[in-house]
Amino acid sequence: MSVLAPARPTRGATTAARVAEARRRRTARRRAVVVVLLALLVLVYAASLMVGHTFYSPSEVLAVVLGQDAPGASFTVGRLRLPRASLAVLVGCCFGLGGVTFQTMLRNPLASPDIIGISAGASAAAAFAIVTLSLTGAQVSAVAIAAGLAVAVVIYLLSYRGGVAGTRLILIGIGVAAMLDSLTSYVLSRAAQWDLQEVMRWLTGSLNGASWPQALPVLAALAVLGPLLLLTSRDLSVTQLGDDAASALGVRVDRTRLVVIVAAVGLISFATAAAGPIAFVAFLSGPIAARLVGPGASLLVPSALVGALLVLSADFVGQNLAGTRFPVGVVTGVLGAPYLIYLIVRTNRSGGSL
Amino acid sequence: MTTHHELIVEGLSLGYGERTVVEGLDLSILPGRVTAIVGANACGKSTLLRSMSRLLAPRAGGVLLDGRKVHEMPAKQLARTLGLLPQSPVAPEGITVAELVGRGRHPHQRLLSRWSREDDDAVAEALEATATGELMDRPVDELSGGQRQRVWIAMALAQRTELLLLDEPTTFLDVSHQVEVLDLLTDLNRTRGTTVVMVLHDLNLAARYADRLVMLAGGRLHAAGPPAPAPPPPPTAAPPEPDPCTSCSP
Repeated sequence: MSVLAPARPTRGATTAARVAEARRRRTARRRAVVVVLLALLVLVYAASLMVGHTFYSPSEVLAVVLGQDAPGASFTVGRLRLPRASLAVLVGCCFGLGGVTFQTMLRNPLASPDIIGISAGASAAAAFAIVTLSLTGAQVSAVAIAAGLAVAVVIYLLSYRGGVAGTRLILIGIGVAAMLDSLTSYVLSRAAQWDLQEVMRWLTGSLNGASWPQALPVLAALAVLGPLLLLTSRDLSVTQLGDDAASALGVRVDRTRLVVIVAAVGLISFATAAAGPIAFVAFLSGPIAARLVGPGASLLVPSALVGALLVLSADFVGQNLAGTRFPVGVVTGVLGAPYLIYLIVRTNRSGGSL
Repeated sequence: MTTHHELIVEGLSLGYGERTVVEGLDLSILPGRVTAIVGANACGKSTLLRSMSRLLAPRAGGVLLDGRKVHEMPAKQLARTLGLLPQSPVAPEGITVAELVGRGRHPHQRLLSRWSREDDDAVAEALEATATGELMDRPVDELSGGQRQRVWIAMALAQRTELLLLDEPTTFLDVSHQVEVLDLLTDLNRTRGTTVVMVLHDLNLAARYADRLVMLAGGRLHAAGPPAPAPPPPPTAAPPEPDPCTSCSP
């Protein structure tokens, strides 16, 4: 007992100072991580604009960004690389935010929307809308978002038995994801032979053919739903203590959960409609951000930045550093799969509840 | 902490689904005292406590805090006056003691407000009161059961409520830790005048620590009063019925 309970009383002022000090340290670390991630993001963004089949100098790129006419660069940088890199950042933010929100809410790193079938639902619906219904643009987004929300509701209802247990929801989600993936494969098998690019997009996610009209809906979604999620982030972190404890701390648990699910599913669906279900980005961003920032702090902003950095760098690697050009999802898939295995092995060893 | 709040239960009926757990219960909590709610398993102790902190809506009757129905009060406002430590709260993975205790400040923080000096002070005070200041930077997952329970109580203290409800704060603890936790709670009551209401399953400990015992049987009030003279024998002597709430009679 005497070992467990240090009897030495600490003076009031010192404890308060230590509490404040520890908090300052956490905030400083979080701020430093955000600044470094932002800096890296700017670097890779600049590199993606300059490097490619032809190299353009920073001054040429800057000229294009500022809207001046630069021979050659105007088309390659302005029409191809700029929308592509921007879309990469936007969908990365969406996947990062949506993923970490689900992981926080369900207190489980496996509960990311790309594992539990929400991305798969949006993806299957988008593939169906494009290939079978020949829809385009905003209509595709609308169908994907409706499907993403519908899948979220279905998974929620299927796993509801006097409350939602994380494990049950994840297992059901994995099953639903498998079904939806097979639906995507079916739709694609009926697609025309020449549509291979499109096929890759809906299987692994790809930024090929990225254009401003694709990026704009994602930007709008991020501008509306991102701040909404950030506003609920404090309530969200309190709900991690369990429903009863959170309610006792004045959090409206059901309302918070509803807002958060709708916002996160919306982000994921918009991003998926634009770039396909880029493999494992939603799944990886949160845990990476958590390692960088340390436990306890809000992970939303760091995770969004990690997501953006992942997609942007993976696309850069897929485009420039490999022998042939890979879609971005292939590269993120290579990164994500080992982590998934590690996570399952680790939980299995510690005997954790998944 | 001088103004005492009045918590009154009036004709309260509670249930889950088809099942009625508590029926027509009247009770007033003595301000500034320690009340222990005791009774057999499944007699509605925890259910009553959950409803008193607005987690469960009543079927009939209500819970009044200073004359206002708690179920109609804004959640955050109630959480600044009345705190509840549920039976099995969850510590997020890797969270440190100071951060967990800091979560208790949630009802005092506005949507966009920053962490204030007052928040730091409340956390420090709660850590000291529970003798967990030394553990401040340790992850909660690494603590022993007794330490962890003290940290959770510290979180509830950081909330700085004048009423504190605790659901079985001593479960899963060995006897020395049980005593330690209850000593801590009675200290709080004495030094700050915090009104403490706790569900306990151990009648001996309840009689030793509480100013007032409230004994439930079958979802009704069986007896209420100071521990001495001894209350009528509790209905725990008989093995619990499959559905004690309909079969017991006071």
